[in-house]
Amino acid sequence: MSATSKGEKIAGLKVTPDKYVPHRYAGASGDFNPIHIDAEFAKMVGLPGAILHGLYVMGLVAKAATDEAGGDPRALKRLSVQFRGMSYPEQEIEVAGEVIEADGSDVTFDLVAIQNDNQVIRNATADVSYG
Amino acid sequence: MALKTDAVGKSWPAYEYEVGREKIREYAQVIGLDNPVHFDAEAAKSAGYRDIVAPPMFVVVYAAGGMGPVLFDPEVGMNFAAMVHGGQEFEWAEPVCSGDVITTTTTCKDIYPKDGKGFYVFETESKNQNGDLVCRATWTNIVRGIEE
Repeated sequence: MSATSKGEKIAGLKVTPDKYVPHRYAGASGDFNPIHIDAEFAKMVGLPGAILHGLYVMGLVAKAATDEAGGDPRALKRLSVQFRGMSYPEQEIEVAGEVIEADGSDVTFDLVAIQNDNQVIRNATADVSYG
Repeated sequence: MALKTDAVGKSWPAYEYEVGREKIREYAQVIGLDNPVHFDAEAAKSAGYRDIVAPPMFVVVYAAGGMGPVLFDPEVGMNFAAMVHGGQEFEWAEPVCSGDVITTTTTCKDIYPKDGKGFYVFETESKNQNGDLVCRATWTNIVRGIEE
């Protein structure tokens, strides 16, 4: 069942991206920024290691919103996010959310993506249609 | 150096991207999508699509080519080393299917200082081969350590 009333939580998702997800995401997206695929480079610029692409994590947020509406890609009408932290492969990411507006079959979610208590994406809002 | 705002209002030449089945599958797989409409043409057609359909976030693949030259444009003059991706918004319209040719145009909407950081706001508008809007996006990049 999809969440339809204000304050109701969505199912959300949990995923632990494996070590090579940033490499595969780089290939899929064309974003080969070395901070994502070269741990030594990432350390050189002050990061603890290679970090996940922000837009990959946004992709997980989009998946959680779309799945709540039944999985059809037409259901997701709008998604906006703020990137607020780094996230890393081999550590669990949780996407959680709740309904903040509902007008018939048009529903708006507020979502977050969290890794180790750190909100790496926050203030995400998604407009979906259950129509 | 004060924040340069000369590029506000500037548009860049359109970027054309031809959508292919394997590229959609590759993207859908890394995100962990399991809807067969992203993998199987028959499943996509049964669901009312012309061919294998791209997930909404596939916009990062077809629109990124419109953003690339912008980030390196000296008129924009972003300090790449101090840049982070601050925010992102997508609004979707017509679905994107394999075989579509998507044209993306990029415009600089705003450059402004706030709390010692420079905010660079770009908009991309992507249309398919029929001229129908498929996605409008707002990309916000933040550069640390500017003088106001």
